[in-house]
Amino acid sequence: MASFKPTKVQVYPKLGEKVTQDTLYWKNYKAPVQIKEFGAITNIDFSPVAPHNFAVTAFTRIHIYGPFSQEPVKTFTRFKDTAYCGRFRSDGQLLVAGCEDSVVRLFDVSGKVALRMFKGHTKAVHITDFTSDRYQILTGSDDYTCRLWDIPNATELNTYQEHTDYIRCGVTSKLNRDLFITGSYDHTLKLFDARADKSVMTMDHGQPVESLLLYPSEGLLVSAGGRHVKVWDLLKGGQPLVSLKNHHKTVTCLCLSSSGHRLLSASLDRHVKVYNTTNYKVVHNFDYAASILSLALAPDDESIVVGMTNSILSIKHRKSLDESKEISGQQRRQPSYRVFVKGKNYVPKQDDYLVSKPVKQHLAKYDKQLKKFNVSKALDTALETWTRLRKPEITVAVIKELDRRGTLKNALAGRDEQGLARLLNFLIGNVVDPRFAPVLVTAAEMILDIYQSVIGQSSVVDRQLLRLQELLEREIDYQQDLLEVLGMLDTMFASSLPRKEVNLHLSKRKTESINSDREEDAVGQ
Amino acid sequence: MVEHGDIRVVHRGGSKINFREPVITHDSRYLLCASGECVKVFSTSTEECIHDLRGHTGLVTGVLLKPSNHLQVYSCSADGTVRLWDYTDGILIKTYVIGCPVYSICASANHEGVIFIVTPMLSDKRSDLFQLVAVDLPQSGDQLVEARELSAVLSDVSSNPAAIVFGRGGEYIASANGLHLEVYFFKKQKSYRFSLKEDNKKGGKNTVTCVACHPKDDCIATGHEDGKIRLWRNFNHKKEYTYSTLHWHHSAVSSLCFTPEGTNLLSGGMESVLVQWRYNQESERDFLPRLGSAITHITVSPDGALFCTSHSDNKITIIQSCVKVSAVIQGLVKGESVRTDMMVDPRSKSLVLNGKPGHLQFYSLPRDKLLYNLDIVQQEYIHESGLEQFEVVKAAFDASGSWLATVEERKQKDAELELNLKLWAFDEQTQSFVLNTTISAPHEARITAMCFCHATDSQTTMLVSTSKDGHFKAWQLGAPAHTEADEGPSWSCDFVGAYHGLVPECCCFSADGSLLAVSFQEVVTVWSPASWELLTTLSQPPKAVRDLCFGRLSCSKYLLGTTANNLLCCWNLLTCSLEWSTSMDISLLLADPLTENMAAFCCQAGSTDLFVFKPSEPRPVFSQKAVCSGKVTRAVFAPREEMLESCEESSQWLNHSQLYFLTPYMDLMTFTTKAEEDRLMASSKQLVIDDSVAMTPFYLLLGKHRQQEDADPLSGLSAERRPLPQCSVAIKELLQTPAHVLPSTSFLCSMFVQSLLISVTNGREETKHVEEEMESEKEEEDSEGEMESSTQRPEQASLGGQAAPALTKAQLRELKRVKKLDHSWFPGLLHS
Repeated sequence: MASFKPTKVQVYPKLGEKVTQDTLYWKNYKAPVQIKEFGAITNIDFSPVAPHNFAVTAFTRIHIYGPFSQEPVKTFTRFKDTAYCGRFRSDGQLLVAGCEDSVVRLFDVSGKVALRMFKGHTKAVHITDFTSDRYQILTGSDDYTCRLWDIPNATELNTYQEHTDYIRCGVTSKLNRDLFITGSYDHTLKLFDARADKSVMTMDHGQPVESLLLYPSEGLLVSAGGRHVKVWDLLKGGQPLVSLKNHHKTVTCLCLSSSGHRLLSASLDRHVKVYNTTNYKVVHNFDYAASILSLALAPDDESIVVGMTNSILSIKHRKSLDESKEISGQQRRQPSYRVFVKGKNYVPKQDDYLVSKPVKQHLAKYDKQLKKFNVSKALDTALETWTRLRKPEITVAVIKELDRRGTLKNALAGRDEQGLARLLNFLIGNVVDPRFAPVLVTAAEMILDIYQSVIGQSSVVDRQLLRLQELLEREIDYQQDLLEVLGMLDTMFASSLPRKEVNLHLSKRKTESINSDREEDAVGQ
Repeated sequence: MVEHGDIRVVHRGGSKINFREPVITHDSRYLLCASGECVKVFSTSTEECIHDLRGHTGLVTGVLLKPSNHLQVYSCSADGTVRLWDYTDGILIKTYVIGCPVYSICASANHEGVIFIVTPMLSDKRSDLFQLVAVDLPQSGDQLVEARELSAVLSDVSSNPAAIVFGRGGEYIASANGLHLEVYFFKKQKSYRFSLKEDNKKGGKNTVTCVACHPKDDCIATGHEDGKIRLWRNFNHKKEYTYSTLHWHHSAVSSLCFTPEGTNLLSGGMESVLVQWRYNQESERDFLPRLGSAITHITVSPDGALFCTSHSDNKITIIQSCVKVSAVIQGLVKGESVRTDMMVDPRSKSLVLNGKPGHLQFYSLPRDKLLYNLDIVQQEYIHESGLEQFEVVKAAFDASGSWLATVEERKQKDAELELNLKLWAFDEQTQSFVLNTTISAPHEARITAMCFCHATDSQTTMLVSTSKDGHFKAWQLGAPAHTEADEGPSWSCDFVGAYHGLVPECCCFSADGSLLAVSFQEVVTVWSPASWELLTTLSQPPKAVRDLCFGRLSCSKYLLGTTANNLLCCWNLLTCSLEWSTSMDISLLLADPLTENMAAFCCQAGSTDLFVFKPSEPRPVFSQKAVCSGKVTRAVFAPREEMLESCEESSQWLNHSQLYFLTPYMDLMTFTTKAEEDRLMASSKQLVIDDSVAMTPFYLLLGKHRQQEDADPLSGLSAERRPLPQCSVAIKELLQTPAHVLPSTSFLCSMFVQSLLISVTNGREETKHVEEEMESEKEEEDSEGEMESSTQRPEQASLGGQAAPALTKAQLRELKRVKKLDHSWFPGLLHS
């Protein structure tokens, strides 16, 4: 007597991305906190000192948020026009910001009124930064110039007029007080040395440069412009290392993770991509609701802050250690040890006669019903909410098994409105899935055959049938489009392939040589 | 024909054992069943076939224990004889010649010396009318007796043996035919006939399929086509009979049987569930489900301890009182057709073909025994007629037997074709195949051919499948997946090839795996599997290619193909041209994997001819006309376990491997030589295992030892006839004679030493030759020797004396004297 063979549930290859260490790391953030600002958020900068407040530049204001508060702890409003690029000094005491009105303002973080106003630019200043000796300020403006200012005297030290278009990004070296780099809409990056009067290195990015980033070692420079992110080796004289093209709209912002092993880029295409800095492959991807203008990571990656064009600031905090543990602990609740050990730890004595217990076959609920030939009940069990939603392959496998047994019609028939609605719901959810379509199409046809006489009696069922019809029509259109694309591709491939003359003589010779080789081998043996 | 006279076509195994109801002997130790032209005796405990009762020249149609002697058994056959056998020793006791085909047999203890047989109606020659005839068996001592005293009992009976049965104590006999039940009372010499309506209201069919009588009670049970069982009572009146109905089966009841005490009724049918009904409490039922396949016969042992069911898949199951299955005797499963090719498993050297639905069977050819069934589909089989099931349609082994590829398909009327390609790895630990990869829908249409690359030295294993969708695909064993460590390597598609949108029909790898030939209708394409480059195309005939075969060994430069317009073509791959072609309607072409030989089955005028040839030679190695009628489509070369040493030119092709083929009637046939048959005969006698002791490993150890002991005196026995120059005989004699009857040691010593010396005999070569001849004689005598050994022991001493030619004549005389001496005084000593 053979035992009952349970229903085979087909194993489908897992769709979607693979779970890697990176996925786990970057998924370990809480649901985002969203704050509405007054306008598009153009810059976010974290304070280098604890408690790591961050300055958010949006429209005519700069807000400073604490690490966990959702209300700004400080606001700077003394701007006549749109503010740009609010950045902290390395001691976290001062903040500098450019403005549309070409005036650069320096603030004390605890004060309200600007400590200094640097006037000299003729157009909007989009980029400001402190040099590493903390006494000077770098600014870049739409008047094609970048300037160095002395903080104590509020005087202009030098002006560099080498760019031929707007300067929209720049960064100062953290190691050398004299070095700074600017990127411009004239597609170039220029490295300046304050000790010289002109740029010492020029690199061509190829697109208007939007953002610049220096590696902590300052040997590598990353620039973003257009859809490209490019990495340059400064020590080799500005040699391009890599060019990444993973976004499909302009990349607006760059950022390094705290460890320096991951590079993040944000783009107008609403994605933030995370790259591995050793092989520059995308390891993770975040989606946002709107085009992203600014991005910043808190020290130790404690939070990701993203500013968007729709003036929404999104803050994601990292889950604390015990929080993430708690969740996994809940999933792993199992019966206690005692339950398993019960009766198992009895050691048989020497003259005990051991009666071997027949191995009990464990069957799933639907298999138990199938074993008893209760086809309707088997289908009901397979359509239970959890199975239906989480493991549709089980439901499909049961439907397939019923079809194989020739009893699918019996199982589908005789259902009330609720049962039928559930069935139709499942069909609507899964019928267009290519893995399940062959089975479910048969089932759908049977349902229509069986229940066509009751159409019009229940509004719920009717609505679902209409939805199903709509879905199928859409699917048919979609398939037709796909076929068209396939046809186009075929013609393109066919035309792109070089016409090769079939040289019969040549191929013959080849066969001959192969065969003679083979013969020699045989002789050798 | 004349010159190949010594090569014969013979049946080789795989005969049906479920044709008629098996019989369990009174001591429940043996099971007898009709199997083709012989009756097979199986042991119920070990499942081994103990011996065949051979003698009938037609199909055996019934087996019956002799009611008066339980150690003898009747068998009836379509050759018109009834034979009486002693089944324990396998001896034919008597043959009764009836003169017309016998379809079934029954007897009762109440009717001494009479058996009842079913024969065709003598009056008219139409074969669909049968009668029940009582035969008075003549009491004569002759082996061959003509039984002429026939008296008709009932006319118009069914030829189905399940439809005629004796009632309580043999007082009446019940017979069912169609819708009628007829009961004949012997005392009253009167028969009653009860009829049922053709169809009852619900449309069920009332045709009676089987009958059983209660052993103690006046009750007849009939099984019907619609699954009902009727219990008839009070049937000794024409009018006042009653019946009650039991219904569980959903399709026809194929067998019914009461237990010997009459407490239970057993029934079985297509559902493959054995149902046990309590007599008089019919609402209580026991079930033994999932017995494998449809039940055809049910038998109960006379003591009621064993049940036995025959199944439609050529299987007999022995069940211990409806609790558990204790033994399964499984023959070669033969469906209506073999969908997969016949193959030989390179590991077990067993024949592999599809058997039970969704299974592959591994059948050991030398042992004529089914080794095991491999479940390919792994789904619960639903026993219902008219249901489309998954079927195994293709299978292939790789060269070493470590991979098996199978294709299963299911086609429903209006649904898509369901196709699965499964790859099985051989697991050394469990010694069976384990599923490695399942590829669902490997192709969009039916797979036409499939083959593994047979190169033994290649690193990767490759499988090529061709399909009706116009593509051929190469599948390769990939490296272990890097994601999870516990997953082993799995198979994936390596290459998809097509040629001008034509449908590929067959594919073949060359012996070294460097070339792949795929035929696309009339074009043969040759590819290099290493680079997947189309090397050349060969297209000679204007018709589709049916079979492709690469030559082997010295003929590896040839590619052979057969076409639909009756051509056999041989291409030379070095010149890419046609070497030769001949016009033949070849239904099957296959290559011997071990030699250059190719076999072609050629269909001509309703029968099949066989040609065995080498592609390089113009003359065939062997040819035989009309090996069987009809078209042979399945055949295989099975490598021999030990090579034959035949030097005759015509039979040399059988030295390395044996050719098996299936006739259109699903008989497994093979070619054999005379010498081989003799050898087989001798060895089969040796193989008989006495099953009085269970076959434990301990028994095997000890039993062998005992057999050797038994065989020892034989050497003495045979020594009588030949001068064997073996000194050991003398020593043996010395050692076997009881010590207290031997002369003093000093007297024997010189003789003993002499016997150890190598004597200078002139006829050494000659004797050796004789020895070889005698070897076979000895084997033949084994069985007799075993019986007689006990009686012969005393004589041996005297015989052995003569059997020591190494001794000088004087010594011989001396020894004889000693022997004579002890025989004379030894009894005297005892009596005194």
